[in-house]
Amino acid sequence: MANTSTVDHHDDHHAPTGLKRWLYATNHKDIGTLYLIFACTMFFLGGAMALVIRAELFQPGLQFVDPQFFNSMTTMHALLMIFGAVMPAWTGLANWMIPMQVGAPDMALPRLNNFSFWLLPFAFTLLLLTLFIPGGAPAGGWTLYPPLSLQAGDSFPLTIFAIHLMGISSILGAINVVVTIMNMRAPGMGLLNMPLFCWTWLITAYLLIAVMPVLAGAVTMLLTDHFFGTAFFTAAGGGDPVMFQHIFWFFGHPEVYILILPAFGVVSEIIPTFSRKPLFGYESMVYASASIAFLSFIVWAHHMFTVGMPLAGQLFFMLSTMLIAVPTGVKVFNWCATMWKGSISFETPMLFALAFLFLFTIGGFSGLMLAIVPADFQYHDSYFVVAHFHYVLVPGAVFAIMAGVYYWLPKWSGRMYSEKLGKLHFWLSTIGVNILFFPQHFLGLAGMPRRIPDYSTQFADWNMVSSIGAFVFGFSQLLFVYVIWQAVRSGEKAPARPWEGATGLDWELPTPAPYHSWDPPPTREVVAKGVAQQH
Amino acid sequence: MANAHADHADKYYVPHESAWPLFGSASLFVVMIGLCGWLNEWYGPTVFAIGLLMVVALFVGWFGVVIGENQAGIYNMQVDRSFRMGMLWFIFSEVMFFAAFFGALFYARQLSVPWAGGEGVKIFNNLLLWPEYTAAWPTNGPAALGPRDDGSFETIPAFGLPAINTAILLLSGVTITIAHHALKEGNRRVLNIFLAATFLLGFLFLGLQAEEYIHAYTELGLTLSTGIYGSTFFMLTGFHGMHVTLGAIMLVVIWLRTMNGHFTPQRHFAFEAVAWYWHFVDVVWLGLFVFVYWV
Repeated sequence: MANTSTVDHHDDHHAPTGLKRWLYATNHKDIGTLYLIFACTMFFLGGAMALVIRAELFQPGLQFVDPQFFNSMTTMHALLMIFGAVMPAWTGLANWMIPMQVGAPDMALPRLNNFSFWLLPFAFTLLLLTLFIPGGAPAGGWTLYPPLSLQAGDSFPLTIFAIHLMGISSILGAINVVVTIMNMRAPGMGLLNMPLFCWTWLITAYLLIAVMPVLAGAVTMLLTDHFFGTAFFTAAGGGDPVMFQHIFWFFGHPEVYILILPAFGVVSEIIPTFSRKPLFGYESMVYASASIAFLSFIVWAHHMFTVGMPLAGQLFFMLSTMLIAVPTGVKVFNWCATMWKGSISFETPMLFALAFLFLFTIGGFSGLMLAIVPADFQYHDSYFVVAHFHYVLVPGAVFAIMAGVYYWLPKWSGRMYSEKLGKLHFWLSTIGVNILFFPQHFLGLAGMPRRIPDYSTQFADWNMVSSIGAFVFGFSQLLFVYVIWQAVRSGEKAPARPWEGATGLDWELPTPAPYHSWDPPPTREVVAKGVAQQH
Repeated sequence: MANAHADHADKYYVPHESAWPLFGSASLFVVMIGLCGWLNEWYGPTVFAIGLLMVVALFVGWFGVVIGENQAGIYNMQVDRSFRMGMLWFIFSEVMFFAAFFGALFYARQLSVPWAGGEGVKIFNNLLLWPEYTAAWPTNGPAALGPRDDGSFETIPAFGLPAINTAILLLSGVTITIAHHALKEGNRRVLNIFLAATFLLGFLFLGLQAEEYIHAYTELGLTLSTGIYGSTFFMLTGFHGMHVTLGAIMLVVIWLRTMNGHFTPQRHFAFEAVAWYWHFVDVVWLGLFVFVYWV
């Protein structure tokens, strides 16, 4: 039986020290930092793989890597960036910000929180090990379509089990977010008083809990088909390879909203701050996010128009997909309306948020084009698709993550980053990312297929441009790390509210935020103050 | 909101550093690397077994800490609510895991099997690919996959052992509810007896399920590799059986705790969590009984 005196409340308000602080962490800020550092590491590893891809595609012909390894690079790049970089970065931001924004002392289940994090390094160790085993890393694409994925060598079970571990991590992390928001809000902090980042993350968490188990089921079926003779995806046994695609995309489509919904939240906080106006249409933002989440469950087959489906199915999935443009449009117009007649200033977080607004919308429009069934028959599996999802994920999700990091870094560290270097990072990234991905629209429309190491000479020019953009974008991210490093080491001391328009409970805390955020909990007056400024 | 309900402690309990989460991640890693090496025939099941032992140690250690903290009375009602919500959403994620396999079952029955038989626009499957095949359920597919040379297999009729198992699980749902009421009324003797009855019924279910599996494998030609029927049958009932096993172990744990005088009529989160979990496996079984065995 535990002794009360040894498991007493946290009366020590000092951070524990040494390695144990990180290995045995239960503090939401420490765990958030771990998540962000992990995400950044995976971002650079996945980015290095992307640069292998772009180096190979710099010119037609085979230059640097053999086709099998090239395919491994596309597969691993996707898995690392989705599950290793973007999702953990969002969870890291959620860990840091949600308790601060709802007025809680920590996440609701702190030990579970640490478990969610530490699963990730182990999961990615398993996945990255495949690079060093006979037969090499998985090369059938991150979507793992059978029968191709079933032909993988020894890497196969490692990939599957790595995905299982990532899934467990995401589900437990999502449960923690839901419970924190539903149970840990300070008195006076109603659901419709929360900052939008909490709202979009709450909806994201529901998506995660609903679809990560479905992915686990799908890859388990792959595993048993490979090793135990089941026939889920074998037509000769009455199964169907296309069935995998249905189950996978039932996970996969909500997954893309898992990647982007928290971005909507971050941008919905940054644009009002730097426009010095409350967010336009707060409640419609909440309802739009919920609508997007609901619709994400009924559009999955738009990823598979070309595998064949009944006309009624094609029409349904086309129209339901296009319907998503309505709530997304609500959001985009709300952001524009927030800026309308605001006194806007252009600090680095705002620049990234504005780039998000423009460039994510480009990705949204190309998504609408892809939703049109007859057009999709042309675009499917072409570089147009690559351009589309990179526009929504890189200047979409990744830019929003960076915007969030620049925005909250003063609150976290108590120090300001160099605005000059931040802006340099922004411009290099934005110019680089457009040189990188915009030409891929042209390549795709001209007929260049995705996931190939070599191509017809007619595609040479734009591929070269795209590769140049890739190296500009990739290397300019080193500057991002430097800017943060410099700020944390020797940046100017930040005031409690470094952005004059910043509102919300997170900005009512001193800078840097104390180790235990709201301990004691905020009074109703403090909560009311944080909320009132927001609406 | 929070402090209004506080009874034992006035503050939300934020635990000190703990080694268990890291140990837990490491033990799952060992389990999985063990399975990978075993499946790839790099080495035998030893690593996997070590991993499983680590997982057992994890549950004993981590839950031991939580039970100790709980008995020490440092969790207030708000912490209790966090646990409840966490458990509910965990069960929901389990529901979605089963949904994937039910989805596979429905897809096969409604779409891929009729298509293999040449339904509608898939007429060429019948004309060219598998002219001999007539779509029907149950099936092991056009190639009649399975252990028998002639490709035949038999299924387990719903109103035999499966119906008895249904009755057993439903009865166990009743016994745990009686135990719950007894707990709330402070009747510890009824609590202990009916809780024991619940896990005994659970183990009886598992025994009969094992009997059924042996029968299927040795006499019916029904195995995991008997086409799509065998795949969906064994994966659905197998994962359900794993969950019943887990649930029964959980029942034993809380039974040991009630025998030791844990839980009060007002505060018994662990009991309720296990009861919810038990009802969840019960409901999944009803789905199985209807869609796998019966219709």
